Amino acid sequence: MFELAVLDSALRMATPLILASLGGLFSERSGVVNIALEGILLTGAFASIVATYYTGNPWAGVFAGVFAGVLISLIHAIVSIVFKADQIVSGVAINLLAMGLTQFLTWIVWGSSANSPSVQGMAHWSLPEIWGPVARGVNVVISHYPPLVYVALILVAVSHVVLFRTPFGLRLRATGEHPEAVDTLGVSVHAMRFAGVLLSGAFAGLGGAFLALNTHQFVKNMSAGRGFIALAAMIFGKWSPGGALAACLLFGYAEAVQMGFQGQAVPTQFVQMIPYVLTMVALVGVIGRARPPAAIGKPY
Amino acid sequence: MSERHAVQMRGITKRYPRALANDRVDLDVEVGEVHAIVGENGAGKSTIMKVLYGLTPPDEGSISLWGKELSGHRPADAIREGVGMVHQHFMLVDTLTVAENVVLGAEPCSHGCLLDVAAARERVRQLSSEYGLSLDPDDLIENLSVGLEQRVEIVKVLYRGAKILILDEPTGVLTPQEVRELFVILRALREAGRTIIFITHKLEEVLELADRITVMRDGRVAGVVSAAATTKEELARMMVGRDVLLRVTREEARPGEPVLQVAGLSAIGRKGSHVLEGIDLEVRSGEILGVAGVQGNGQTELVEVITGLRRASAGSVTVCGRETTNRSPRQMRDLGVAHIPEDRQARGLVLGFTVAENLILGRHHRKPFSSRGLLSLDDIRTHAERLIEEHDLRPRDPDGDAGHLSGGNQQKLIVAREFDGGPALLVASQPTRGVDIGAIEFVHTSLLRMRDQGAAILLISAELTEIMTLSDSIAVMYGGKIVAQFEGGAVGEEELGVAMTGGAGASAGGSAVRSDGRPPRHEMGAR
Repeated sequence: MFELAVLDSALRMATPLILASLGGLFSERSGVVNIALEGILLTGAFASIVATYYTGNPWAGVFAGVFAGVLISLIHAIVSIVFKADQIVSGVAINLLAMGLTQFLTWIVWGSSANSPSVQGMAHWSLPEIWGPVARGVNVVISHYPPLVYVALILVAVSHVVLFRTPFGLRLRATGEHPEAVDTLGVSVHAMRFAGVLLSGAFAGLGGAFLALNTHQFVKNMSAGRGFIALAAMIFGKWSPGGALAACLLFGYAEAVQMGFQGQAVPTQFVQMIPYVLTMVALVGVIGRARPPAAIGKPY
Repeated sequence: MSERHAVQMRGITKRYPRALANDRVDLDVEVGEVHAIVGENGAGKSTIMKVLYGLTPPDEGSISLWGKELSGHRPADAIREGVGMVHQHFMLVDTLTVAENVVLGAEPCSHGCLLDVAAARERVRQLSSEYGLSLDPDDLIENLSVGLEQRVEIVKVLYRGAKILILDEPTGVLTPQEVRELFVILRALREAGRTIIFITHKLEEVLELADRITVMRDGRVAGVVSAAATTKEELARMMVGRDVLLRVTREEARPGEPVLQVAGLSAIGRKGSHVLEGIDLEVRSGEILGVAGVQGNGQTELVEVITGLRRASAGSVTVCGRETTNRSPRQMRDLGVAHIPEDRQARGLVLGFTVAENLILGRHHRKPFSSRGLLSLDDIRTHAERLIEEHDLRPRDPDGDAGHLSGGNQQKLIVAREFDGGPALLVASQPTRGVDIGAIEFVHTSLLRMRDQGAAILLISAELTEIMTLSDSIAVMYGGKIVAQFEGGAVGEEELGVAMTGGAGASAGGSAVRSDGRPPRHEMGAR
């Protein structure tokens, strides 16, 4: 269970979760529940494959995934911030919308009801070998995983700095705790919450792009509950980037183990439950002590 | 427009769907004065301040600051013009530090875009020492007392360079000691040339602190007077529109049989320490026992144990001769124990329910309000109409939302419900907290009437004058114990104050128990 291959695959499995839960973090810290992460992941995955399919450039796919994520989270922002609708209902609606829309568009674009054709995946980063032994050394580190794995890890650190070391982060956190206080200080609550929700769209969209480009194609409903697991990881990680990272790695590990177990004596259905059961166990065991932002879910 | 005026508001009118909150209000505040705005709840004091601060646009009227007219301003503009507001409900983020709360929205930066925490800390320290606020910039708000939280609010507005400070009901949540400290701070601010607008309905405070006073009633200005040339009685008359009994007269008590007997009562708090320790009390019918004490010394827990809301770890509670320790709240109610809870919005009312529904809470399951598992709407309504009439609840609308009533009327609603049906024992916890003088008069006379009708009343209050006016005997709590007991009328405010802080002088005149000298435990603080 602790072979290098499993750990290796755990990090890959964790990457979309990390990105999506960072997204959830920004949204929830601003006071908006974002269970639409699932739908945003799916949308980002679809958009990235479409763009890669037409341009042949996976980086265009990455950009498209982020853009589509922002676009669909804009719906969530408008509905739940401007129109003060229930954030859970809005999130569920977006999840259903994303499921139907991506499947419909898969059929429109590729004439298939299930999946897209295979597209080019992302080239791993590497320095030219002719730069000598140093480049070769660096390459051992940076070309092992697809680039977005590294990007995700860097974004964890960046998110931490943004949230806890910048005025923007301070305002965002304050908005999620006590929006009236923020308002009386002349900071726009709506602007902060829009920023939070749109950032969550960008992050989850990026996660979706990784998910799809890593398998070189779009498959219907390929997010397969990862948005919800990312949400759980964010809560498990107590609404902090580092905590979310740790939780995602744990869930990624469970997924990797699950894949290792497949084809053995245990029925696959049971094995496939591992990540989800672990999610529930983790939440039951820890959530009691976690404290969500005080104003979360309350329209302002 | 005169140079000496910091604020001039002319003809401000603000209409809300159900009320005219401000009706052609004029307000002049001179530079460097402490200007009090007094009035009952709902008189429009807070509205006029929200208009000044830019939180609420007025329907009519003009506002000038420093002789310059403003139009359509938002809080950000008001802040720029040097107006700072300390809100009644503090606008502080619990999970952030003092320094973070202070700089929020106007953060100092370093390295381009990073928050300069060091500069924020330094500025807080500087302002704190300038006005003697003793704040630590790195404390988390959630660990601060209410008095310190208020100082953080003051630093917040000073940090933004406020020259006009608006304080909305600043003393409502403070202990007497904290009020004195606040006044020292406010005087220091006036010395430093700042203008202070002070909203309150406590008349002693107004006369002590203010230079001039604007009295409001029903959304209008009832008069502007100089503090030196007025009296409490005159202010009360202007506020209420009639003569007010500032201190109810009390007949000699005729105590009967013991109704509530508490013996050796102890309770354990969340952190495992004793929040109540060996409490002995007795309240007879036709008698009021007042429990004085600084908030957070076990009064809340005592009430909770007696009413069945909290478990006792040792000792006994006896009501009308029946052992009732650790009975459920419903059983206690059925025995005739009524309860005016200290937090009326959290425990006294269901804010989203109508007045009529709130008036039957606790008896909703019994006849005539329900039969065979169904509510009897007609009876509930008749009941509500009767109580509204008897207690002069306003508005007179049984279907109105309890959350839309003023604080005073919410309290009247609870009093109406709890007094109805003639309880044997009434536990009244902070019954006049945050209500205006008209409602205080009502609650006080109601309590005395209940007493004269033979109810036993346990009165818990942080207001010393309230305890001293109403109680036939007085117990003082400190650190979860009763540290002194006095006969009513045989003790002065000074003496009570000493006992409340666990002082050594507590033995004078009563059967005092030596306190252990520990400070009040934070755990018990009912924040």
